[in-house]
Amino acid sequence: MVLKINNVHIAQGGFRLTASLPPLEAGIYAVMGPSGAGKSSLLAALAGFLALQDGQILWKGRDIAALPPAQRPMAMLFQDNNLFPHLSAARNIALALTRRAKLTADQTDQVNAALGRVGLAGFGTKKPPQLSGGEQSRVALARVMLQDKPILLVDEPFSALGPALKAEMLDLLGELARERGSLVMMVTHDPADALRIAEKTIVVAEGTAHPPEQTKGLLQNPPPALAAYLGTD
Amino acid sequence: MAPRAVQIIAGAALAAFVIAPLSAVWAKAGPAVRFGPAEWAALRFTLLQAALSAALSVLLAIPLARALARSRFWGRDVTIMLLGAPFILPVIVAVLGLIAIFGQNGLLNDGLRALGFEPLSIYGLQGVLLAHVFFNLPLATRMILLGWMSLPSERIRLGQSLGLGAMARFYLIEWPMIRRILPSAFAVIFVICLSSFAVALTLGGGPKATTIELAIYQAFRFEFDFATAALLGLVQLFLSVSAAGVALWLAGHDRLGIGLDRPAPAARRPLSERCIDAGVILGAMLFLILPLALLFIKGAAGVPDLGAPVWFAALRSLALALGATLLCLCFALPLATRWGELIATLGIAVSPLVLGTGLFLIVRPYVNPFDVALGVTLCVNALMSLPFALRILRPEVQAVEQNFSHLSAALGLGAWGWFRWVMLPRLRRPLGFAAGLTAALSMGDLGVIALFGDAEWATLPLKIYQLMGSYRMDQAAAAAVLLLALSLGLFWLFDRVGRYGAQDQ
Amino acid sequence: MKNLTFAAGLLTASAALADTPVLTVYAPDYFASEWGPGPSIEAAFEASCDCDLQFKTGDVLGRIILEGTRTDADAVIGLNTDITKKARETGLFAPHGQDVAKLTLPLDWTDEVFLPFNYSHTAFIYNTESLPNAPQSFDELLAADDSLSLVIQDPRSSISGLALVLWVKSVYGDRAESVWEQLAPKILTVTKGWSESYGLFTDGEADMVLSYTTSPAYHIVAEGDLTKKAAIFPEGHYFMVELAAKIAGTDNPELADAFLAFILTDTFQNLIPTGNWSLPAALPVPEWPEAFQELPLPEKVLFYSEDEAADLRAETIEEWRRALSK
Repeated sequence: MVLKINNVHIAQGGFRLTASLPPLEAGIYAVMGPSGAGKSSLLAALAGFLALQDGQILWKGRDIAALPPAQRPMAMLFQDNNLFPHLSAARNIALALTRRAKLTADQTDQVNAALGRVGLAGFGTKKPPQLSGGEQSRVALARVMLQDKPILLVDEPFSALGPALKAEMLDLLGELARERGSLVMMVTHDPADALRIAEKTIVVAEGTAHPPEQTKGLLQNPPPALAAYLGTD
Repeated sequence: MAPRAVQIIAGAALAAFVIAPLSAVWAKAGPAVRFGPAEWAALRFTLLQAALSAALSVLLAIPLARALARSRFWGRDVTIMLLGAPFILPVIVAVLGLIAIFGQNGLLNDGLRALGFEPLSIYGLQGVLLAHVFFNLPLATRMILLGWMSLPSERIRLGQSLGLGAMARFYLIEWPMIRRILPSAFAVIFVICLSSFAVALTLGGGPKATTIELAIYQAFRFEFDFATAALLGLVQLFLSVSAAGVALWLAGHDRLGIGLDRPAPAARRPLSERCIDAGVILGAMLFLILPLALLFIKGAAGVPDLGAPVWFAALRSLALALGATLLCLCFALPLATRWGELIATLGIAVSPLVLGTGLFLIVRPYVNPFDVALGVTLCVNALMSLPFALRILRPEVQAVEQNFSHLSAALGLGAWGWFRWVMLPRLRRPLGFAAGLTAALSMGDLGVIALFGDAEWATLPLKIYQLMGSYRMDQAAAAAVLLLALSLGLFWLFDRVGRYGAQDQ
Repeated sequence: MKNLTFAAGLLTASAALADTPVLTVYAPDYFASEWGPGPSIEAAFEASCDCDLQFKTGDVLGRIILEGTRTDADAVIGLNTDITKKARETGLFAPHGQDVAKLTLPLDWTDEVFLPFNYSHTAFIYNTESLPNAPQSFDELLAADDSLSLVIQDPRSSISGLALVLWVKSVYGDRAESVWEQLAPKILTVTKGWSESYGLFTDGEADMVLSYTTSPAYHIVAEGDLTKKAAIFPEGHYFMVELAAKIAGTDNPELADAFLAFILTDTFQNLIPTGNWSLPAALPVPEWPEAFQELPLPEKVLFYSEDEAADLRAETIEEWRRALSK
């Protein structure tokens, strides 16, 4: 159950990024670095929205770099547009399971259980515009939960929430990840987020993704590029 | 996004449906092609009137769209719908309506005479422009209004908080939006006016107002000169596609949505501004709705006495309109791209006479054209509405793709799931609008049925012409009222269905 | 089960129809619509022929030319002298074989291919109430005040418009172009076809409209309106005749012949006046409906043979266009 990112090269416009990381095991990894360094691009490449120039993404020894997004072992929480605003919360979640209009009894149970797990039991018929920002994030979490992928890619989905609500959502994310033994890669610009749930952090700076290090140690003693970004020197 | 293969097939089918008939006419042509001084004069006049008509329509549409976008009043939705009515009327009906106002003995000249002024003549270039603006101002207004609705309210609020004056607000906020819409609005109307014929002639006052379309008609009907007809058809096509191409290029990648038609932020507006807006709207209503109202008054009483043939023709036209709408939308969805929009321009770029004759030549070896007249009419009607449907749908399709394609790919929705769960529900509103427009346009179009239709299968517009052709002008006026009511009814119904349930988005 | 019986009934009905020979006749739209003479002619002919007469509408000659020898038509009706030359050159039409002695036209008809079934003349129609002093001759029309307004049809898109330019040519010869220049200020507008012009006239938009000498008959008979009159000019009026013909390659030569013979019968001819609002081509005046007998008709009838008309066409249209474009 390891993810290997071998000699991956990404190019988009004028920007380039190289990533070669040691095997990643289950756990939560924060991805941090200056704006424009390519944190989101790295996630997009892993998820399959951005083609690689070179390199391999190995999952259980198999290269998945050529697979379409839905066939990769990854679910993703985007910065925005995580939900279809015209569909009910339950339907949004159910799309992780089926395209059919009629859910089986089993699927209905799964959707309800997921809603319950994120604390939204009984909210199934509401549509996203009727939900608060925090509730929308919870529905999105329930959706990725039912997608049931071993890897979860998270691209700052909670950045628009207030501090308390964000902390709550991060905790929920952490809980779910540990419960299911997932591998989470989470882009964030806030060291507090990383400290809160990520044991290790991958720094993306100056065109390179650096191997993960202990978050605490890293933040106490940041390398120059990260230090400039954090404003600690 | 629709699978690439579907897009290519739809685009190729569309192009073939236009190019094959043109080639068929060309193949039938003799070697001699006539392009003398009369044809050059027709070409010059065609370009002149089309350019002026498009420019005037678009320029007048700006203040009207602006007034409609900013004003809230009771009956606003109905007003906007009625303001769209001239666009979907059959030409001859609309012309008679205009003459009731602007003609020698129309309301306007009666008024002028009563006040002791010289009467004005509608006949001449001014009449052609008046009629073309009457037809196309609604279209231009609708297109620009959509742009206004898509202005983010944040930007409007920003303008308000900066205390921008009317001029600054126009230059900084509204003009950048207008500039992106103007080229395509201009191009669409320019292309429509290129193939104008009966309007240009009737109101143009004589042969000075000869258009290319008349030259095509003459070549076909009297001289059986297929070479000249095909050449002129090609010239027309070339002009249209060039205009559309230039417009698409000028407009760049417009990201305009159809907007939710949400009331713009209702800051208290100065009284002067509200008075100007009210004046503009009232003026437009007088210009666009009064001629129709007069037609209505003239013909409404005769509607109950219309015979069974007219009612059956109305039913056939309804069925035809619904079929054309379905077909049009089936093509519009996969073609909602820049390229698709350019190809779709072909639909209004080619002369209906050339298209009809070419199709006749193509189907003739295999089936009796009489047997497929309704089917062919349906296809042609769908084709001619496609550019308008695409103009409405494309920005929305692009917005949906931009916002939801990653989420859909991550979920692995697939082509069908994407269509069923994302596209269809997201596009409900523009689809309703596009369907309403297509249905109403098909309803009012005389179309190729007149070329090889059968009396037994006549549509309502054809019945109106038949009634006029046998001296029954009063019954024709009544049938025109029926047509007007059905067209508007279809438009209202589809638009309504599209809005219903889309409210909570 | 009910549906099945119904379907079976339909099948037998169409099978029965299939046994009846079908005579296909191409006709203009106005002729075959329910407001034209077509339906009653169809019923009358079917009563005598034990066949199914089907009118197919549209641009008659245009379609025949497109279809060539593979045309489904057995006969055509509603051609006009202005296009008979073109029609003859296709070689697709056969001699009609009818005895033209029965014809009651104001001029001799010797054509062996095209058979007249009704006629009229070009004329300007006016309303006696709004124009009490209408011009009584072409010269008076030219001399009339420019405030007199005319609507005419375009000779490039309309048969009656073409007849008008030939009318002017036959009255004024080489002076035609200057006559058009004199008329130009009076011409309110030019329309694509007859219907648009006539609609403008009945809406009161113009004082006079280019139409036919028989037009007032519609208003008299159908509306009891005696105010619409044709101005009859002593210089003469241009003759407009409508024709029928048999297709040479028809599968039903006997039926086609029977149809052409039927055209000259009193039954057919009696359906023409109030059906097509035109004068019957083979019916003595005393047998016309009263309103038609009383119609003022021109003493002098002008007419170009098809060869003359074909030679003059381009020239007269160009004269017209030049004069009206100034």
